[in-house]
Amino acid sequence: MVYPLSTVVRQSVVDETTGRFSLRYMRQFFSQPYYYRTLINSFKVAITTGIIAVVVGTPLAYLYTMYDIRGRKTLQLLIILSSMSAPFIGAYAWILLLGRAGTITKFIQSTFGYTIPNIYGFNGILLVLSTKLFPLVFLYVSGALRNIDNSLLESSANMGCTGFKRFFTVVLPLCMPSILAASLMVFMRALADFGTPLMIGEGYMTFPVIIYNQYIGEVGTNQNFASAISVIAIIITLGFFLLQRYLSNRHSFSMSAMHSIERKKASPVGNFFIHLYAYGVVAISLLPQVYLIYLSFRKTSSAGIVFLEGYSLKSYQQVFSNMGGTIWNTIRICGVALIIIIVLAILISYLVVRRRNFTNALIDSLSMIPYIIPGAVVGISLITSFNNPYLPLVGTATIMIVSMVIRRIPYTIRSSVAILSQIPLSIDEAAESLGAGKVKTLVQITVPMMLNGIFAGAIMSWVTLITELSSSILLYSFRTQTLNVAIYTMVAKGADGRACALSTILMLFTVVSLLLFNKFSKDGEIML
Amino acid sequence: MEYWIKIRNAMKKYGDFVAIPDISLDIARGEFFTLLGPSGCGKTTLLRMIAGFNTIEGGEFYFGDRLINDLDPAKRNIGMVFQNYAIFPHLTVRKNVAFGLKNRKLPPQTIEAQATKFMKLMKIEEYADRLPEKLSGGQQQRVALARALAIEPEVLLMDEPLSNLDAKLRVEMREVIKEIQNRLGITTVYVTHDQEEAMAVSDRIAVMDRGLIQQIGSPKELYQRPANLFVATFLGRTNIMSATIHTDNGTVGLNFADGYNLPMTNLKEVESGQSVVVSVRPEELVIKEEEVAGKGNCLRATVVYSTFLGLNTHYIVELDSGERVEIIQESQIDDIIENGTFIGLTIKAEKINVFTEDGSTSLVR
Repeated sequence: MVYPLSTVVRQSVVDETTGRFSLRYMRQFFSQPYYYRTLINSFKVAITTGIIAVVVGTPLAYLYTMYDIRGRKTLQLLIILSSMSAPFIGAYAWILLLGRAGTITKFIQSTFGYTIPNIYGFNGILLVLSTKLFPLVFLYVSGALRNIDNSLLESSANMGCTGFKRFFTVVLPLCMPSILAASLMVFMRALADFGTPLMIGEGYMTFPVIIYNQYIGEVGTNQNFASAISVIAIIITLGFFLLQRYLSNRHSFSMSAMHSIERKKASPVGNFFIHLYAYGVVAISLLPQVYLIYLSFRKTSSAGIVFLEGYSLKSYQQVFSNMGGTIWNTIRICGVALIIIIVLAILISYLVVRRRNFTNALIDSLSMIPYIIPGAVVGISLITSFNNPYLPLVGTATIMIVSMVIRRIPYTIRSSVAILSQIPLSIDEAAESLGAGKVKTLVQITVPMMLNGIFAGAIMSWVTLITELSSSILLYSFRTQTLNVAIYTMVAKGADGRACALSTILMLFTVVSLLLFNKFSKDGEIML
Repeated sequence: MEYWIKIRNAMKKYGDFVAIPDISLDIARGEFFTLLGPSGCGKTTLLRMIAGFNTIEGGEFYFGDRLINDLDPAKRNIGMVFQNYAIFPHLTVRKNVAFGLKNRKLPPQTIEAQATKFMKLMKIEEYADRLPEKLSGGQQQRVALARALAIEPEVLLMDEPLSNLDAKLRVEMREVIKEIQNRLGITTVYVTHDQEEAMAVSDRIAVMDRGLIQQIGSPKELYQRPANLFVATFLGRTNIMSATIHTDNGTVGLNFADGYNLPMTNLKEVESGQSVVVSVRPEELVIKEEEVAGKGNCLRATVVYSTFLGLNTHYIVELDSGERVEIIQESQIDDIIENGTFIGLTIKAEKINVFTEDGSTSLVR
């Protein structure tokens, strides 16, 4: 992982033709507004999305924790589900709904004679990303709210502080570290996403799009320039990451609730608005997916490109007869990646928690690097490093697996470290004093104790792997096309019944995985 | 006596911080030996050095004649009981108890028989096939004990095994531990910060403070003849009063602030006029009601308040010197002495302890 990254850094400052050190590409980037504006655009998108996600997600988490809401479990599942598909699929569906020829656009125009605002460009990107990413805030904040002891709320009520005042003076500050962490997460994802701006941006360029274009683009590719942009992006995200670290360290405190917050019934009016808000938000963010499911059952023209009146299973027939390989690719590649991730994460977390020394701490820090690196950059770095005669991995399934492992492992390591830290050291010592060696202790005691948590985490990883796009799109070849990539390539060409069918299948995978997760995870707490 | 565990000049450092500068001690075969001290005194550190979980920065540790300094914990043949039980939550009670036996690659019948024997001994046989999380704290501790004993270790180490239990269970479990240890005759090193618990279970106790052993002795020795002021105050309750030595024609006495003179017969070499610290336990003070303030040779005091606890009644009184002392008296059928009453106090001279002014050395023979 370090090797590919260093290749990118080297490429970014080495002249293509002369092979000497040069800042030409950096200069090129900053000298032309066409390029550096994409950076500004990206940050505008990421920051605004972050703010919207917090504004939508925090109250939702608060209401969800404080009040009785009918169908809590389902609601939570739906909220998570809405975040669990690649943003570009959402973008595609929104275009079908609200685009120039969108269903709702036409409907409103013909009934009210009113043209709804253009959803292409900045607004569209915002709409898609916010509806996709607010669940992250919801999950983080409701996790934090679970750790607030009810007595804190009671004692503040006792001192005459209730309602909105309490929310702003007590609850919100207590959740601040989580809100910061969540907004960073949203920020990073919004920044790194390139499917959405490519689909709905219509000329509103963000920098992952530039990277992609420079790399694969139709008008002349320049790998070194793509590398240079990647390096700039990494430096900036690193800055934000450190800022978030600094802020949350200043606000950090540990809480654990003996009595978690008791949910209560709201007044009838309040109750109505709470349900309206909660389900309204979910409905809006799930709308595109539901619409795609609907479309997947529509009749299509023989090539599968134009939707016709009436319903049929034709799209599915086409998918299964032609694209079975894609589904199998997804399972195969993601499955292998998942196993590698789990094994590596267990080993690294064991080294980090139980055998802490300089080398292991270094491994720990290094493994966190991908956390702040956009997927497209991971993809580029892998191609540039392994596009050589010694390790010709480009186009193979191996390189896809490697990129997925790199992309996902920081999260899995974090959660494994958290699980392992909760297992007291004395358990290991007990095993040792009873004559079990270190390896035996790890295999017979430590790993089985971690298994429950790891399994839950693995399902989450699985879901993110099967919906991964930003690095696979650069790395796939005809033989290693995954579902998500297939959908993307079809959708990029225009409306397509098969794409809808494939997204429905992908969604089905996701729902099943989530239900499995709920079954296996003890407290149903989801961490991404 | 045959010593089994021998520790010579043990030293423990964490970076530059010296947790244990220099400790030497011997523990006899079959002895119940307790390391007692406030938190941070190094008792657990020392225990973990014996167990092999802490590195040893200096000195030698022997089991019998065998130097164990660099021996792997798995090979020391020790049984260890942890404060948090450290039961394997994913294994049944039976598998927990059999875990150490399996690691010895014993034949299955032997493992089964041995595990059953110790589950019976600890009275947890009926839970054999349950997972430990369904058990209460006391039962879990029994599982931990059975597991540690099942491998028939040469040494049993216990690190505050009772501190996570509630008060009643703690008393019950310490009886169990004491009885089992007696029956099996296994050399045991026990760590606790609870002096009552230490006295209840131990043959001998080492009182530790700031990485040093303050005194080693039987519970009775430590309580009645503490080697220094720290031991006197750490074990049991005591009143600390200042006094001066007064010698007259070969008789030695203690002069207290308000003129009370107490003849002493068991003091070491002392000088007249030397300032000393006196440790008087609450039960070593006798209330003399009729000799009210002013009359006779006694300490004059005023009752501040009293607490009736059934068997005993505690009085907190203020001496003329302004010091407050506690008196424990067997409860009488008469009325409790009212707050504000003037009383006289005498001291049981043969029981009290006298220390040098800095509290470091006992002056009692």
